Amino acid sequence: MLRRLHHHQPESFAFTPANLEWARGQIAKYPEGRQASAVIPLLWRGQEQEGWVTRPMIETVARMLDLAPIRVLEVASFYFMFQMAPVGSVAHVQVCGTTSCMICGAEDLIGVCRDKIAKAPHTLSADGKFSWEEVECLGACANAPMVQIGKDYYEDLTAEKFAWILDELAAGRVPTPGPQNGRFASEPLGGLTSLKGFAKTHEANASVALATQLGDTVKRIDGTEPTATDVMRGASPMPVRKKGAPKARATGAGESDAALREAETVGRPEQGSVAGSKPALLKKPRKGGADDLKKISGVGPKLESLLNELGVFHFDQIAAWTDDEIAWVDERLKFKGRIEREGWIAQAQALARGEGA
Amino acid sequence: MSELRKIIIDDREVEVDPRLTLLQACEEAGVEIPRFCYHERLSIAGNCRMCLVEVVGGPPKPAASCAMQVKDLRPGPDGAPPVVRTNTPMVRRAREGVMEFLLINHPLDCPICDQGGECDLQDQAMAYGVDFSRYREPKRSATDLALGPLVETHMTRCISCTRCVRFMTEVAGVPEMGQTGRGEDSEITSYDSATLQTGPDLVVATLRAGLSSELQGNIVDLCPVGALTNKPYAFTARPWELRKFQSIDVMDALGSNTRVDVRGREVMRILPRNHDGVNEEWLADRSRYVWDGLRRQRLDRPYVRREGKLKPASWAEAFGAIAAAVKAADGAVAAVAGDLVSVEPMWALKRLMAALGSDWHDCRQDGARLIPGNRSAYVGNATVADIDAAGAVLIVGSNPRDAAPVLNARIRKAWIGGADVAVIGEDVDLTFPAAHLGTGPEALTGKGRGKVVAFLKDKAAPVIIVGQGALARDDGAAVIGHAMALAAETGAGMLVLHTAAARVGGMDIGFTHPGGVAGALEGAKVIFNLGADEIDIAAGPFVIYQGHHGDRGAHRADVILPGAAWTEQPGTYVNTEGRVQVANRAGFPPGDAREDWAILRALSAELGVTLPFDTLDALRRDLYAAHPHLAAVDAIAESPWQPVEAGEVAPRAFRNGLADHYLTNAVTRASAVMAECSRLAAERRAKAMAAE
Repeated sequence: MLRRLHHHQPESFAFTPANLEWARGQIAKYPEGRQASAVIPLLWRGQEQEGWVTRPMIETVARMLDLAPIRVLEVASFYFMFQMAPVGSVAHVQVCGTTSCMICGAEDLIGVCRDKIAKAPHTLSADGKFSWEEVECLGACANAPMVQIGKDYYEDLTAEKFAWILDELAAGRVPTPGPQNGRFASEPLGGLTSLKGFAKTHEANASVALATQLGDTVKRIDGTEPTATDVMRGASPMPVRKKGAPKARATGAGESDAALREAETVGRPEQGSVAGSKPALLKKPRKGGADDLKKISGVGPKLESLLNELGVFHFDQIAAWTDDEIAWVDERLKFKGRIEREGWIAQAQALARGEGA
Repeated sequence: MSELRKIIIDDREVEVDPRLTLLQACEEAGVEIPRFCYHERLSIAGNCRMCLVEVVGGPPKPAASCAMQVKDLRPGPDGAPPVVRTNTPMVRRAREGVMEFLLINHPLDCPICDQGGECDLQDQAMAYGVDFSRYREPKRSATDLALGPLVETHMTRCISCTRCVRFMTEVAGVPEMGQTGRGEDSEITSYDSATLQTGPDLVVATLRAGLSSELQGNIVDLCPVGALTNKPYAFTARPWELRKFQSIDVMDALGSNTRVDVRGREVMRILPRNHDGVNEEWLADRSRYVWDGLRRQRLDRPYVRREGKLKPASWAEAFGAIAAAVKAADGAVAAVAGDLVSVEPMWALKRLMAALGSDWHDCRQDGARLIPGNRSAYVGNATVADIDAAGAVLIVGSNPRDAAPVLNARIRKAWIGGADVAVIGEDVDLTFPAAHLGTGPEALTGKGRGKVVAFLKDKAAPVIIVGQGALARDDGAAVIGHAMALAAETGAGMLVLHTAAARVGGMDIGFTHPGGVAGALEGAKVIFNLGADEIDIAAGPFVIYQGHHGDRGAHRADVILPGAAWTEQPGTYVNTEGRVQVANRAGFPPGDAREDWAILRALSAELGVTLPFDTLDALRRDLYAAHPHLAAVDAIAESPWQPVEAGEVAPRAFRNGLADHYLTNAVTRASAVMAECSRLAAERRAKAMAAE
C-alpha cells in the first residue's frame, strides 16, 4: 500500500505536557548518541494523542531526536501501525482480510465498513466517528472473521453482529470484546469434544475479562494506564470507570468486577488456598549429611537450595511423596508440574536405593 | 594493517587484506562483479543482490559479495584457503534471477531514456538478462520528484539501490532524501517532495522544492539506471556521439578532475574524473552545470571603443589601437590576471610586460596578502589527501562549503572517521558539527590561542586550513604568519584554501607586485586585463580586456580581445595544494576568438617586442626552464618551510568573502542554470531566516 503524508495536514503539533514528560523519559532510556531509537515510541504516543501521524508531528519528533525529518518519515511510512490519514473520533476499525478471515467472511465485514463508514479505507465516515482499513493477519484465525477496534478484538463476527457493534460504538457504548457467537475462546462451536473437565467456568476468557476490567477498548493511551506489572499484581490504578470514558459493559460494574476477580483467582492461585497435603519435612539433614539432590535430573543448585529451605534433604523423602504431597510441593515451589514431568519420584527411589540416576 | 589473507577466487590464489569485502577481493583478482547498490565511497547497503557469488563450504546459497568480508570466510579442510567462485552455474542462475526481478518493474524505455548507452542496468542486462519476460502483470509506476533545476527524475525506472539516499546523507551531509514506505510501494523521495502534496499552495511548493546540497549532481552519476538524470542535459545528446576530453575544473581552486563531453563545438556536459588525491570522484554542482554559461555572453570578435561605445573591429584594428596606446604610455603599462586563467597566458603576459619594461602585474584581484616567493605561505605544506588521516582540522577564515564544496565533503569524511573540526571565523553550517573557536585573528594571537593550541595538540596529523577570508585583508600576511607559527608549534600541516583556480599558478610564476593589484595598477596608463572581472578599474587608463565573457572587465575595456575559455585551450593549472594539472582542449573558441597565449604572442609582434615562442610547446619549454616544477604534472612540489613574521593583526572578524556560492565568476554569471540555483539558494536562506 502506498503510504504518503495525507494531503491535508494540521498547522502544528505539540505533545501534551504529560506526554512530553513521558517522551523525555523514553529518550533518556537510550545511551547518549542513540536517541534516534526512541522514534517509534514517540511517534506511537503522538499517534495516540492525535489519532494519526501528522507532518508537524514528524517534524516535532525529528527535532526532539535530532534527526532529519525524512528519517522519521521513513519509519512512519514503513510501519503500518502508524496511521498516515485522519482516523475516526470514536474508533478506527481494522478488519483482518487474510486467508482464514477472508474464507470465513471478512469480505462481508468490509462490505459493512463500506456501507456504514466510508466507501474507501482510510477515509472518515460522514459523522467523523469512524474510519476503517483492511489489515494483514491479526493472529486470531481460530475466531475468524474478526476485527480490531481500538485495542481489542471482536471475533466470530457476522455482518449483522459487526453492524450492531458499530451502532453501539456510535451510540457511545462499548460492546464486550471477544467472540461474538457465544464461544468462550476458540473451542468448538458445538461444545467441547475432549478435556470436558475444563468446561467453561468463567464469564469470559482472560483477555476479554481484562478488556472489560480496563474498559479502554477505544480509549487512547494518555499516560494514565496501569503498567503491565500493575495489572499482573492485581492493583489497578486505572480509573476503570473514569467519567466520560465509555462503559466497558452495558451490564454494570459489579458483575464484571466479580468476573474479573474470579478469572484472576484461577489465573494466579494464592498461596495457602492450595490443594494437596504437606509431606514429611525435616528441620535439618539427618546424620551423615544431606543427599546431593542435584543428582536428580532436573534439579540444579537453585532448586536444591529451594528444596533444602523447605525441609527436603534426602532422596528417600522425595521417593515417599504421594500425589497430594507432590501437588503441595509443586504449588509451594512453583514447579509447574515438573516433578511429574521429570519423574523425580522414580529417580529419587532409584537414588535412595543407591543406584545412579 | 592486518596481515594479508590467502583466498582462492575462480582457481586463482590472491592475497588480500582480510578487511576487504569479497567484491573488492574479486576486483583485486581481476574478476569484475556486477553490482548496483554497492559503491566504494558509500556505506554498504546490500540490497540489490546483483553481486552474488558462491562461497565453497559456506551456506549452500549464494552470498552477497559486497556485504561479506574476507575475514568472515572459513578456511577449507586442512587449513586450505577459502574458495570463492564467481562463474559457476549457481552464480549465473542467481544473478539471472536477480536481473529478472529487477526488470519486472523496470520500464523497457531505453530508447527514450537519457541513461541509454551508459546505463549499468542496460549493460548488465546484456550479460545476465533473458530475452523474454515471464511477467504478465501490469508494471508498477511511480510519481516523479521535484528535486530542483539540476536533477531530473523518472522514478518508475528506480531500482531502489539507495545510492542517492546514502550519498546525500553520508557525503553531502544534507539528509533530504530517503526511502519511504515498504515492499513494492517503497519510494525514493526527498522530504520536500514528500511534503509537496500537503502544502496549501502546490505551485509555490513545487517551485520551492529541491535539494539544497551543492553536491547534488553527483547522485546523477551514482544512479545506476535512468531514474536520476541531468536536467540541463536532458534529451540533448547520446553518450556515443560525444567526444570526451580530460580537463580540470576551474570554478574553484581545488582543481577537480573533470571530463568535458563535447558534440561538435558545444560542451554538452561536464563530469568528474576520479582522482583520489583531489576530488575522489565527486564534482560540485557549480562545476558540473556551468557549461550553459559557455554559450552565453561570449566575446567572439575584437571590439574597440570609439566615441565612448564599444564597436566591433578586426584584430588588426584592435592591435593598432593597443600599439598606439602602449606607445603613448611610455612604459607605464600594467597587467592584471583573473581567476580562471591558466599558467601559460599569464607567463606570456609576464614576458610581454617584461619586454615592455614593466613589472607592474598582479594576479590577486581579491587583495589576498599572499607572500610572493614563499610557496609554503601561499600553498602550505599539507595536501588535500592529508585531511583524510587528520585527527583534527582547523578552518581559519573560510567556509569550505562555498570555497570548495568537494573539499568540504572530504573534511566531512574525516569528521565521520573521528576527526574533530573547529572553525575560526564565521560560524557557518558545514553539514557537520564544528567547534567555534573565535571570529577573528585574535583567536590565533591573543588569549584565545590557548584553546586553539589545545584543540590541535596531541591530535594525529592535524591540518590547519587557511581560507581567503583570513588573507584578503590588510593584516593577511600577519595572519598567515600566526597560522604558520601555530602549525609549527602543534606539528600541524597547513593548507591554504584558495578560491581562484589561477591563483597558485600566478603566484608560482611570480605574477605579482609588492603592492598587490592596487599597487600594480597605480600610475599605469595602459592596463592589460587578462580575464579579471572582479575588480574595479578607475576611469583614466586605457584598458585592454582579454577574456571570453562580456562581464564586468569587458564593460570597462577600451579594447576587447576575444580569448578562449578553459575548455577551449590547453592550459596548466596549479590547485590549492600546489598540484600541477593540465586541462586539455575540448573544443574551439567561438568566432574570431583565439587561444590566450596566441593572442599575446601576436600582440607582442605588433608592439615590436616579439616573444620568443611560436608554439604552445615552445612557450612551455620557456616556462619550464624558469619554473621546472610546473613540468611535473600531477605532482606537488615540496615547498621549503619559510616562517613568516607573525606581525600585528587587527581585531576584526574574518569574513568568508564569497557572496554567492553559484555566481563566482564570469562563466557562472552567464549561466542560466547557476542563476536559477542562486535564486533558489537565496529563497531557502530567506525561508530559513523567517523560520528562526
